[in-house]
Amino acid sequence: MTDARIQWVAFNTIVTKEVRRFMRIWQQTLLPPAITMTLYFVIFGQLIGSRIGDMGGVNYMSFIVPGLIMMSVITNSYGNVASSFFSNKWQRSVEELMVSPVRPITILAGYISGGVARGIATGAIVTLLSLYFTHLQIHNLLVVVLVILLSAILFSIGGFINAVFATKFDDIAIIPTFVITPLTYLGGVFYSIDLLPGFWQTVSMFNPILYMVNTFRYGILGVSDVDVWFSLGMLVVFILIFGGFSLRLLHQGKGMRH
Amino acid sequence: MKVPALLVRDLSKVYDNGFQALKGISLEVEQGDFFALLGPNGAGKSTTLGILSGLVQKTSGSAEVMGHDVNKETSYARRDLGVVPQEFNFNQFEKVYDIVVTQAGYFGLTVAEAAPQAEKLLRALDLWEKRDEPSRMLSGGMKRRLMIARALIHKPKVLILDEPTAGVDIELRRSMWDFMQDLNKAGTTIILTTHYLEEAEQLCRNIAIINHGEIIQSTSVRELLGQLNTETFILDLTRPVSDIPEFDGFSVRQVTADSLEAEVTKGQSLNGLFAELDSRGIEVRSMRTKSNRLEEMFVGLVREDNA
Repeated sequence: MTDARIQWVAFNTIVTKEVRRFMRIWQQTLLPPAITMTLYFVIFGQLIGSRIGDMGGVNYMSFIVPGLIMMSVITNSYGNVASSFFSNKWQRSVEELMVSPVRPITILAGYISGGVARGIATGAIVTLLSLYFTHLQIHNLLVVVLVILLSAILFSIGGFINAVFATKFDDIAIIPTFVITPLTYLGGVFYSIDLLPGFWQTVSMFNPILYMVNTFRYGILGVSDVDVWFSLGMLVVFILIFGGFSLRLLHQGKGMRH
Repeated sequence: MKVPALLVRDLSKVYDNGFQALKGISLEVEQGDFFALLGPNGAGKSTTLGILSGLVQKTSGSAEVMGHDVNKETSYARRDLGVVPQEFNFNQFEKVYDIVVTQAGYFGLTVAEAAPQAEKLLRALDLWEKRDEPSRMLSGGMKRRLMIARALIHKPKVLILDEPTAGVDIELRRSMWDFMQDLNKAGTTIILTTHYLEEAEQLCRNIAIINHGEIIQSTSVRELLGQLNTETFILDLTRPVSDIPEFDGFSVRQVTADSLEAEVTKGQSLNGLFAELDSRGIEVRSMRTKSNRLEEMFVGLVREDNA
């Protein structure tokens, strides 16, 4: 059997296992973002949004929908890989991979694809729910697809790195709670950075999630606070940097091999 | 000439905390062998097996599986190796069948390709009825057998078993012995560590004893047992005796009123012992060895090495 065939079958095996996992526990993986986002749509979009009026040239509900979809994609991609890979480490079932001929790049690609699958699945659920509250049009399909895919890949890689360094379950909750969630809320999901004073506008420009949210918003609505192609380019650069780092961790067997 | 199933040269391992688990061990296991790696706790057995299977990074030296260096030709070395670790290391939430076919996937076999071998193994290991149950629902013995099925799903040429029968009841242990013997007869090289020396004596042809990270003995089980100088027997008597007189050439001491302990050295015959007993009117109802012969040898060698 050729190595290429082994890697291909192994990749499919990891992806199938990952998708089976989040589908099996859909009450923990797919249902919560649906409920949370529905609450956001009702409370922020309808109740408060009706008093806010327009934001960034569109009504407030339309403005927040792209940000909330992106928020679901980011947090679920990250959470899927972080919890799944750490759980495998904790139960030592990661050793099943370590004793096999599966290469680090295949392991990484498999877990990332699992994270992307969950990110896109929740993104799709939230998008469908949003259609109940607002009308969605797609301004630029290519940008929508690219930014969703690249963001899901980047945050899946982030979840993987978190899981590699984590030694207890608390460790995979720290980054989402103290880093990702604040950056998402400050990343222009609920407001345009035009509303901020000059200094805070400049500070916001260092928040990578701002670029993802705005690029996605551009794909849907055609309005953005940032340069879309610069954002997509930076996503690729970060994927290469963090992806390379993840491969290095896998080669070293960090946290897995003694 | 056949390449060895396993070839280890000057293998050493120093852990991050400075503990030197292996001090340059060398080993060779022929294809088709049933080989035991014995040693006290912390002697370096699991570290050795860990390096072979890719779970532990060696510090220096080399290790080959079926002629493939485990670090340079990793993919080939791993394809030839099946590993049954000491601790349970499968996903507790996955179903038995899924665990086995997922492992096949890591070796390039699709679910359809792995299905016949998965069924064969699960049936042989008495797990077929449990195939749709989450693995956490299995008993300890079943979990051990699940790890064996998983390790064999890609039909490896060499199987490593790290204490496969630990905590398993006697009946199940014996059925696992039969399974391992059949596997070995079919051509799979088996390397096992165990604390049950009876297991090693029953199953293995060759043996290495490791202590403090060094191989202190590597030979055939028969040769090792041939080195045993004394063997101690417990004799249960038909009638209690009150006073044990001197025995000519044999060391005999009273354990209870109706049992004796006799040491028979190499070169002495049991007939001689019975003649002595007979001449004193002592009648023996039954007789057994005090401990497993290999165990006596093992304890002696380790004690000598520690001295």
